[in-house]
Amino acid sequence: MQRVPELLVEFYSRPGYLAIIRHMIDTLCGRLGFTPAESSQVCLAVDEALCNVIRHGYDSAPDGRIRLAVHEYSEKGRLEILIEDDAKQVDLDTIRSRDLEDVRPGGLGVHLINEIMDDAVYEHRKEGGMRLLMWKRLPRTAEPAKANQEVDAGES
Amino acid sequence: MQGNHEMQVNTEQRDGATIVRPEGDVDLSSSSTLRTSLQEAHESTEGKLIIDLANVKYMDSSGVATLVECLQLSRRSGTTLLLCQLHERVLSVFQIARLDGVFDIVPSLDEALAH
Repeated sequence: MQRVPELLVEFYSRPGYLAIIRHMIDTLCGRLGFTPAESSQVCLAVDEALCNVIRHGYDSAPDGRIRLAVHEYSEKGRLEILIEDDAKQVDLDTIRSRDLEDVRPGGLGVHLINEIMDDAVYEHRKEGGMRLLMWKRLPRTAEPAKANQEVDAGES
Repeated sequence: MQGNHEMQVNTEQRDGATIVRPEGDVDLSSSSTLRTSLQEAHESTEGKLIIDLANVKYMDSSGVATLVECLQLSRRSGTTLLLCQLHERVLSVFQIARLDGVFDIVPSLDEALAH
């Protein structure tokens, strides 16, 4: 049976919603034991991924749909963040960090994601659109997710 | 992390410098406002442009890109560009992007004015 995510939200591809998403991610990461600095960086990685969807996937159209799911896998010791959209599929080979020696505006998002997260995998969805799965190692002090404990208890 | 998400930009002339003070998060929804303010500041500045980031607690790559554009504009026009009072989290974005050595970043506004 698929595990219930800690956070599951679907929203429009509007930049004005990014602050709301960051606040949710920041709060969740803090609860999972990340330091404020680490939480802020995870927020940045999610923000950058969402910006890429809005700008490059939906060409800044405000009516695209984005789904964000965050799973805490304490048994694997990692936080997984899944972002899916119904936008155009981009060539996977074009999603890469650029040469930072070339100081110019833009193109930093993928680099920031790669630096902050432990891994990030992009793929085309069979239904159309893109999927990004990225994960980060949980702090050793992470508390178990209460929501999943309650679900598990209810099903036993 | 949570802060004022509606960004405002104030501009002041002092001691021969133009000081630009964005207030709030600089992200995809607000970086264009900052870009416009910086372009206007460039037109009115005589020699030194200071971007005081004391009231910016969050900045994403669109904000960084806006500042890189400003840096390029400064280099072309011969203007001195300084960033000051960066919060640790904002500074860390520059560090991850390896831009902390590209910009002139000073701790305080006084140091920026005296630079």
